[in-house]
Order: sequence, then structure tokens, then C-alpha cells
Amino acid sequence: MKVSIRESVGTHGLLVIAALFAVYPLGSIVASSLHGSSGSDLGWTNFSVAWTRGHFGSALLASAFVAVTVVIVTAVLSSLAGYALGTLRVPGGKAIMAVLLIGLVLPYEVTVLPLYQMLSGWGLIDTYWALILPQIGLSVPLGVFWMRTFFRSIPEEILEAARLDGASRMQILRLVLLPIAGPAVATLSTILFLFTWNEFLLALILVPENQAVQTAPLALSFFSGTDRAANPSVTAAAAVLVALPIIVAYVVLQRRLITGLTSGAVK
Amino acid sequence: MTVVADRRTVGATPTGRRWRSRLTGLSWSSLLYVAPALVFFAVFVIYPICVTVQTSFYNYDGLTVATPAGLSNYLNVFADPTLRAALGHSLLLLVFYAALPVVIGLILAGAMSRIRIYGLTVFRALLFLPQILASVVVAVAWRGLLASDGPINWVLEHVGLGSIATSWLGNFDTALPSIGLIGTWVEYGLCMVLFLAGIVTIDRSLYEAARLDGAGPVREFFAITLPALRPQISIALILTITFALRNFDLIWNTTRGGPGTSTTVPSLYVYLDAFQNRQLGQASALAVVLTVVILIVVALVQLAVRGRSGEPRTTRTKRSAR
Repeated sequence: MKVSIRESVGTHGLLVIAALFAVYPLGSIVASSLHGSSGSDLGWTNFSVAWTRGHFGSALLASAFVAVTVVIVTAVLSSLAGYALGTLRVPGGKAIMAVLLIGLVLPYEVTVLPLYQMLSGWGLIDTYWALILPQIGLSVPLGVFWMRTFFRSIPEEILEAARLDGASRMQILRLVLLPIAGPAVATLSTILFLFTWNEFLLALILVPENQAVQTAPLALSFFSGTDRAANPSVTAAAAVLVALPIIVAYVVLQRRLITGLTSGAVK
Repeated sequence: MTVVADRRTVGATPTGRRWRSRLTGLSWSSLLYVAPALVFFAVFVIYPICVTVQTSFYNYDGLTVATPAGLSNYLNVFADPTLRAALGHSLLLLVFYAALPVVIGLILAGAMSRIRIYGLTVFRALLFLPQILASVVVAVAWRGLLASDGPINWVLEHVGLGSIATSWLGNFDTALPSIGLIGTWVEYGLCMVLFLAGIVTIDRSLYEAARLDGAGPVREFFAITLPALRPQISIALILTITFALRNFDLIWNTTRGGPGTSTTVPSLYVYLDAFQNRQLGQASALAVVLTVVILIVVALVQLAVRGRSGEPRTTRTKRSAR
């Protein structure tokens, strides 16, 4: 495996260029957001202007509330369903998996219009529920596939031993499987959190008018749309505010997230 | 209960898999575990899809009584010039969103397969960054870069190409390719990370053998790297093509289909027809077509990969490594 040093340096050079190109757009808005409106002083004025004018405090809270609720409920539902589909003989299990499989690649566009009509019939448009309930439904396929794959990977002997010890099904799940499911659940939760936090189309359609429940991406879309003529540095600061929680999470969890997003796609 | 007993005896054969099922039996109570997830999926995904399919056969403005429209909404998808143009834009975007990122990813991955890479974790994290950003954030960033006083034009002017500087997203000729470029940026890192993960699993001795046989870098790429990466290429294609065909967020937050109709795509018309033009039947038909196209593409890519994986190949074992 001897390759010339020149080739190694050249390839690393290509990698550096590719990585810089990937980071540059984010770097450009960070740089722009730190520029004072007067042009010279470096500071946080843009952030405070964006924060107050764009109502990003409430938007970030709304995003966090929606995302956390969706993640928790989906993780619980998916663990239950994935457990049954992975280790028990569920009647029609194959058919259930086939239907869920379609849900994995479904464009949300095909559901949004009836969702709007249904949720407005229930009086839920412009409430948190309009974002939470459908996103649980749309997250369930990924969650069930994910947890089923995990539960199937557990050696049959462990389940058998628990059964012989007289554990009920629920006890096996609660006392035997969930304690070792931590990493799988954590990766799933991270992916779901990312998807839910970034979701735009559903927010645009289902909470169009009520600023109090609008999520961060939607608030940013409105803010940058109405303020297009205004100071681009303030818009950039707003974009950084919306991206920041995800970037922080990414710095901490990037290995988990990358592995999850790339290997999860295989299944 | 008799049904349960019957199935149990029929299903019981002395293979390992079935043995498990004999112990547990076909368990109707296990449906209770699946039910909560299925209820959410049925109410918020399956039912809406059925309504969309039904609506697509009607003329409906959301207020007055719907009238049957037969297949006219579907015929419109392919006959209406504005919708046809949108489909055409999507096809062009496929080149930028799917083909280019996969090719770029393959070239770089091919180069990387030949050497030991230092700082792989850092490179991976940086390359993957565009994937985790909300599309609205991406749109804001690129609107700044592509603006008439943005850094791209600044560079062009300083290298003497000031004449081609323009408001990239505001110009009829450049808006669509510019959006395509953003898509390439979003996706190429994902492709590279996927391919890098595949390359790690390739047996290094294959490369040694190829080199002993006098294979050059190009030969090596086509003989070893490319065939071994087939599963990763299929995943990359499915993810990028799906992203390209949906693509509402990015367009909505950059051009909203403009200038004129130069960057319209089907998913944009799904939204506009449903919530602004009050043509719910047309919007539904378009959404159904979009979904069917995505399902077909995914199935085709899957088939193309699975259809060939039965061939005896030196790298076949690598598939199980994932």
C-alpha cells in the first residue's frame, strides 16, 4: 500500500477544500451576524435586535417543546411496537411492516392538505397539537423500524431465559430489554429531534397565524421574508439563533448522528 | 382461539426461526403493543393519503360542493404547461441534487481509498454539516452568498469576470442552476460520508493485489471501489433523489418559484394550489403523482442494487458488514 507522499498530500488538499466549501456558508452568516450595523464594531447588537423583533425566544421554546414531545412519545410508541414486531408473533406483522415501509419514503406533501382540513375540523390549527400529533404519526415508521432492528439483534437466549424465569412480556421489555436499549433509543431520539426541529412545511401549513406557537424555522422564514430589504446582518443573526441549538447538539453528538443517519437509511 | 391453535401447529417446523414462533404462538394480544403506534400512523398518515387520493378525482375549492372530475386533474399534471414546466425543473434539479453529489462523492472517495486519511472524524463532521441545518438557515446563508453584492460576485469581479456577475437568484437564466448548486452543496457531503463508510469496509488486500497486477488508479476505482460501494450508492441515490423531488423548503425560502415561474417545482404547486389557488383536486393529484414517482424511483434503485447482488463478486461479503 505504498502511495507517493505527493498523492497523499494532494488528496488531503482536496478534502480540505471540500470541507471548507461545506462549512463556508454557515461561516459567512456567523461572520455577517457579528458585524455591527455601523460596520466596524464586533458585537451582539444584531442578535438582540433579531431576538426582540423576530420573537425568537418564544420560537425556540416552541420548537423545543414540540420536538421534545414528539421525540418522547414516538420513542415510547416505537419501543412498544418494535418490541412486538421484533420478538413476538404479531398477526399481520409482515403487512404492518410493509405499510410502515411506505411511510419511510413518503413525501409529506401528500398528507398536508387533509391534515389541515382534519385538524381545523378539530379546532387544533394554530396550536401545538397541530404540530405534535401529525409529526408523531410521520415519525412512527422510522422509529418502529429502528427499534425493531434493535430488538431483533438481541440473542434469543436472553429472552428465553427471562421467559423461563417467569417474566411477563411487559416485564421482559421493561426490565431486560430497555436497560440495554439505551444507545439505540438515544440515536433514534437524536435523529427524530433533528427532523422535528427542522421541519418547515408542516409548520407553515398547520400553525400559519399564531406567532406564539410558531417554530424557529418558520419564524426565521417570516422574519427573513418580511425583512428582506432590512439589514442582512440582523437576518444572519436570526439564522444563527435558529441553527445554534442544532449545531451545539451536533458538536456533542455528531458521531451518533452521522452513524444514525447514514446507517439508518440502509434499513 | 382455535385459529391461534391451528396456526401454531401449521407454522411449527423444526427450523430455528419457527421454533421461536411455536413457543410464543401467534399472539393476538401482542397487537396491543403495536396498536398505539399504528393508531397514530393510521390517523395522521394513512387516512390523509386516502383523502388526498379521493380528492384528486374531484374539482374542489374547499368551500362549495366538490364535483367529480374523473382523471382530468391527473391529465392536467402532464398537459398543463405550468405544471409541465415545474416537472421539467425538477428533472434538471435531479442532475444537481443527485447526479453531481454522487459523482463528486465518488471521485473524492476514490482518491481517498488509495491513502491513509488523517483527521477523518473531523473531515466527516465538517462535510456532514449541511445535512443538519434547517433548510431555512441554508436559504438565508445562500441568499447572502448569491446576492448581487455577495461574496461570489465579489470574487468574480476581482478575477476579471465582473461581466458575468449578477443577482444569481433574481435572474431568469441563473436562478434554477443557482438553486441546483445549493442542492449540490447540501448533498455532496452526505454522499462522501456514505462512501467513506463503505470504503472502510473494503478489504485492503484487494488493492494490493490490483497494484501487483499493475492496475492504475482509474482501473482500481472501476474494478474495486465502485462495485464495493454499490449499496452506499443506492442509499445515496434514494436520499438525494427524494430530497430533489420534494424540495419545497429550499425553493420557498429562496425564490418562491420566481423570478416569473423559472424555479417552480411540483411540491410548490401542491402548496399553492391547495392553500392559495383553492384548487384542492389539482393539488391532490399533483401530490399523488409526486408520491408515486418517488416510490417508483426508490423501487427502481433498490431493484438495480438487489438484482445484481446475487452475482459472485469479490466484494460481496462487504454487504453484510453494514
